[in-house]
Amino acid sequence: MVRAGDAGVLLAGTGLVIMLAVYAWGGDRGETVIIRAAGKVVETTSLAQTRVVSVSGPLGPTRIEIEPGRARVARDPSPRQLCVKQGWLTQSGQAALCLPNQVSLEIRGHTVAYDTLGY
Amino acid sequence: MATPLLMTHSVIEFPVSADDRRIARLAALAIGLTLAEAALPSPIPGVKPGLANIVVLLVLLQAGWRAAAWVSGLRVLAGAILLGSLFAPGFWLSAAGACTSLMVLALARYLPSQHFGPISLSILAAFGHIGGQLALAGWWLLPGAAIIGLLPVFAAAALIFGAVNGVVVARLLAPATSANEQPQES
Repeated sequence: MVRAGDAGVLLAGTGLVIMLAVYAWGGDRGETVIIRAAGKVVETTSLAQTRVVSVSGPLGPTRIEIEPGRARVARDPSPRQLCVKQGWLTQSGQAALCLPNQVSLEIRGHTVAYDTLGY
Repeated sequence: MATPLLMTHSVIEFPVSADDRRIARLAALAIGLTLAEAALPSPIPGVKPGLANIVVLLVLLQAGWRAAAWVSGLRVLAGAILLGSLFAPGFWLSAAGACTSLMVLALARYLPSQHFGPISLSILAAFGHIGGQLALAGWWLLPGAAIIGLLPVFAAAALIFGAVNGVVVARLLAPATSANEQPQES
């Protein structure tokens, strides 16, 4: 009753389920985002809703975009734009630092990868 | 002198072919299975055995894709009317799932049948079903990452129920084909 192709489809389907499980549950997807300015936490918010947060540093405003499951520094006055070029952050422990403007963006998930990070 | 009353005597006849009757009968069967299934408790909305797909698949293999599309469409529409969910979000999810499932079957039926039996078709249709539903749900009802955590659950359910339904279809077809074409096959 089970033909050769059926076994193939079953295997492919199982592979797809495993891939989806690794994609969805593997790693540690971020759940909250912590925004700091000059070392102080300015904002701790959930990574569930779309939001735009503007934080002002010594050089000017840093614009941070939060979307379901990810966050990024969209605009920053720092000269080399390193934190902007990092793009979207999704995993727990990832951080984007805009050092000249003293603004940082950090993603936290279920488990915290580090106790503390000094910049 | 012709009077307007005469107009009422004209009769418009819709000839009902044997195919129409067969589609209606099978659609009624599919609707019955949909209703029975709606009474089953489910841990997650959307995880269902999809018993009506057994009927759709049988129709596809015995009467072709057009008849299967009719049965599937009637099943979604009449099932929603009977469950009182017509044009509710659940109806659109169901319709999206049925559409993608039929599109997948439209391609999958050209797979060589000596290698790919009803089990393949059923699994592919089940993935099409859940894929269409999740695509619409992700785009319209729950945009964002909310669904991602449940994706593997839905996919696993599609795989398991698809395979089980496929085995049922193969079993139901087995006596017919072994009597007609391949009597030596057990």
